[in-house]
Parts: sequence; C-alpha cells; structure tokens
Amino acid sequence: MTDTTLRNRVAIVGVGESEIGKVPHMTGLGLNAQAAKRALDETGLKPSDIDGLLTAYSMTEPYFMLGSVMCEYLGLKPTFNASMVVGGASPAVMLKHAAEAIVSGQAEVILCCAGENRATGQTRDQAVAALAAVGHPYYEQPYGASIPSFYAMITRRHMHEYGTTREQLAQMAVTTRDHAVRHPNAHMTKPITVEEVINSKPIAEPLNILDCCLISDAGGAYIVTTAERAKDLKSDPVYLHGIGEYHTHEHLMCADSLTEFGALETGRRAYTMAGLGPEDMDFAELYDCFSVVPMIEMEELGLCERGGAGAMVEAGDTRIDGRLPVNTHGGMLSHAHAGAAGGLFGIIEAVRQLRGQEGERQVANHDVALVHNEGGILSSHCTMILGREER
Amino acid sequence: MTGQRPEPFVNADSEIYWAATKESRLVLQECADCGHVDLMPRHVCPKCWSENRTWTDAVGTGTVHSFSIVHRAPLPAFREDCPYVVALIDLAEGPRIMTNIVGDGALEVVIGDRVEVCFEDRGEAKVPQFRLARAGGGS
Ligand SMILES: [Zn+2]
Repeated sequence: MTDTTLRNRVAIVGVGESEIGKVPHMTGLGLNAQAAKRALDETGLKPSDIDGLLTAYSMTEPYFMLGSVMCEYLGLKPTFNASMVVGGASPAVMLKHAAEAIVSGQAEVILCCAGENRATGQTRDQAVAALAAVGHPYYEQPYGASIPSFYAMITRRHMHEYGTTREQLAQMAVTTRDHAVRHPNAHMTKPITVEEVINSKPIAEPLNILDCCLISDAGGAYIVTTAERAKDLKSDPVYLHGIGEYHTHEHLMCADSLTEFGALETGRRAYTMAGLGPEDMDFAELYDCFSVVPMIEMEELGLCERGGAGAMVEAGDTRIDGRLPVNTHGGMLSHAHAGAAGGLFGIIEAVRQLRGQEGERQVANHDVALVHNEGGILSSHCTMILGREER
Repeated sequence: MTGQRPEPFVNADSEIYWAATKESRLVLQECADCGHVDLMPRHVCPKCWSENRTWTDAVGTGTVHSFSIVHRAPLPAFREDCPYVVALIDLAEGPRIMTNIVGDGALEVVIGDRVEVCFEDRGEAKVPQFRLARAGGGS
C-alpha cells in the first residue's frame, strides 16, 4: 500500500531557536517562547493566527499539563493541543500529528515547540540522575546503568558485527563539530580532533565524553500550515513530502537487536509517501545523542550499506562539502541538546538549508532533505522528508 | 554503601520474580499457550496476549551479548564502584537480561564470554548478577 495522504499537504513556514548554551537568565518556558516568537516572526503571522499547539515534556519544569501551561504562557487559545512523549522522537512526530490535524481540518496554523533549561535549571548530578530514570526502574536501574552505557553497548555491538573502529566513531564527532564551528548559535564552537575524542574522558567504554551529546539550555520551534496558505506568507515554505513513525520498545533489555532498529521502517514509510528514495536525499539531519547513532541511522535509512557508515564518515562524505552532508548545524553533539528539543534543531536546520540561507554552512544541493529523530534507546523513531518545491 | 543502591521494587507483575531471587533462583515467565519465554514479568504474553502465565527456573547460564565499562555512575551509590561492567546477557533459554558482570576478571570481559548467575544482597532482597564462567574457572 502506498500511503501518500500527507504528501505536499502542509509546509513548515517558520523556524526559530532560542539563545543556546548556558542561559541562566531564562526559564524553559521562556526559551520556548523566544523560539516560538522567532519562528512566527519569519511568517508574518500574528499570535492569534495560531490555532494549534504541539509540545513535548520538560524534566526541569515538570508541569502536569505542559501543553495547557504553554497556551497560558503564550496567550494562545488553540482548538488543537497535544503533547508528544516519545523522547527525542517527539519533535518529528509533532510534524506528523500537525499534518494530520491540518489535513483533517482540526487546525490551520500549528506551533510545534520544545525545549528546557537543562544546563542551568538543574545541577549536573540532578541531570545525570534524571537521565538514569530512562533505564527500566526495576530491571536496569539496579545495575547502575546510565544512558551512555546503553548506547555504549549498542556501539560495542556495532564494532563487533561490522568492524566499526574507534577512529571512525571519533570522526563522526569531529565532522559534526566542524559544522558547529560555522553555526552562529551553536553551543560548542571549538574545533576538535580524532585524537582528542579518543583521549577524552571515558564515560562508558567505548564512549568518551566527546562521543556524548551536550546538555544545553535551548528551545526550538516551527510553524506548520497548509501548502496553500504557505504560499501567501513572508517566508519561503518547506514542504513535507513524506513522514513515518515506528515504536518498538522503550528499554534496551527489551530491544530485539542492538544493531537493527525502527529507523528501517520509518525510512521505508517516509520514502514511500514521498515517492523518493535514499539516493534522492541531498543532505540529512540525523539524531546524534551519541556518535554511533547517526551512523546506525545512515545504515537503516539506506544512505549507505549496513556496516558502511564508518567508512563513509571516515572518507569525508558527510562533511558539508561531501557527497551526503550530515548534521550541518553541528547536531546534538555540538550545536545543542535540551531534552525533547534535541532533534528539533535538525528540523530547523533542514528548513534553513533548503531555503539556501546558510552562508558558509550552506550545502551545494538543497532540494530535498531527510530528518530523523529517535527517542529512548533507539526505541521510538520518526523520519521526515522535506523539500523546497512541491513535487 | 551497597545499601543505598536501588533495591528490587516488588509489584503485582514482579512479585514471583523477586521472591525467587531472594532464594537465589532466577525465574522466567513462560506463556502457557504459545510457549514464549521472557525476562520482564508482565500480565499478558507480549506475543499472543494470553493471560495464562507460568514460571520456569532458568538454568542460570548465558553469553555476553554486549557490555560497557562505566566510568561515570548515574547515581552516587554506584560512584565508588567505578569502573564497573554493565552487560546484556543472552540467557540459555533465550531472553536477554541486563546485569553487572562481577567477580574475577570482570573488567576483561569480551562479547561471547560465557557467564553464570550469582546473587547480590540488596537490603532484605537480592538481585541477579553474573560472573564469568571461562574454561579453567578463571583466576
Ligand atoms: Zn503467548
């Protein structure tokens, strides 16, 4: 069955990111609001035009009804309001829900936002302890298993099955940092070397600190509307060609495999809806909470062969001037990671690259982009294909 | 200090699992209808949704599917144990369990190593742990 229901029906018309890094003078809600204002300003729309709101969750400001709290804070009175709680996959899943709501007439202009003051809204110990709660409370947490240790076990298995090397993993972090260096709002902008990654502080072998995502204060937002209305707005629209989600487990002990995950299925669904294939993607913004993750996603999404990501990264193919630029903003490894907002910055970056606005960071070919978000321990997945032309 | 580590949390799903570990037995839940065996206790079989749940004793052996040596503990109670091994073990019966590799040579573990269950006191209860079962008994 070919599901083309959502193909070219909606467009992202505004994107915005808040101040990023250590932003102690702002709350999590404030970061969301700043990002939302910046996204709305691109469109020329007024706050009162927003009739739908999608949010995720916040660990530093754990409101019981975050969506309603956000409405209250922003002075919105939407007819459609829901929160996505699928970890890092939330921002991409928001677009699918937004598109479905718009196509079915529930709303016409939907604000999607996420973000937290993860860096300054809690101590580092609180941050690490809160993240430990991602492990199964009864069968994983009693063993002192950290999130890095889960991804470390996945990394080690990838090395074992495909011969992926420590150097290749490090190169993923280095290339990503090189991209962040060219981003005016990135959290980390000092270049790093493969040697520095390999010699950085061990967190959970084989992962070192420079293989791990940041903990940032950051908020991100994007605005979605109908493809028709998008044409009348101030900004250049970016159309949704295809999108798919898939949820397989939450805890790593219950995952069927440590090398094959749900991105294979979400990619298949997104490509089918778009009527495109991996070979049509000009660049990709992939989830990169740890260095191995975008490599697994490249393989699952057909952007390279199984086990081929290490060689592809090592060859420089994922650089901005490479065959398939990946994480051109610096990803979560170097641009920003703040709770559910991590993957949202990949969506923002894809929109900006497709519009051709990125100056020295601009990729050469920018007609079609792939964005992938994942949540949990490669548990919940969502792939979207975006483009600057209706096709 | 080990007393500060998380103790087993007993609920209606896991009551029998933790009662068994208290007696130094590792048990697995089995579906009386389709035969599916699983580690994480639950009300229905995740394969066929049968509510006919039975329990079977695991032989207590398995192989290391993957592991990590943790240098930064997620909770203060584990800090003094660093570096320690977190691992996923494929049990002889099929299910996968998360655990620590403890005892002699734990930090030298490799994928594919054979391991056997042991039990660690946590307050009034016990949690299953695994140690290497290398030919020659290790050193
Ligand atoms: Zn069954």
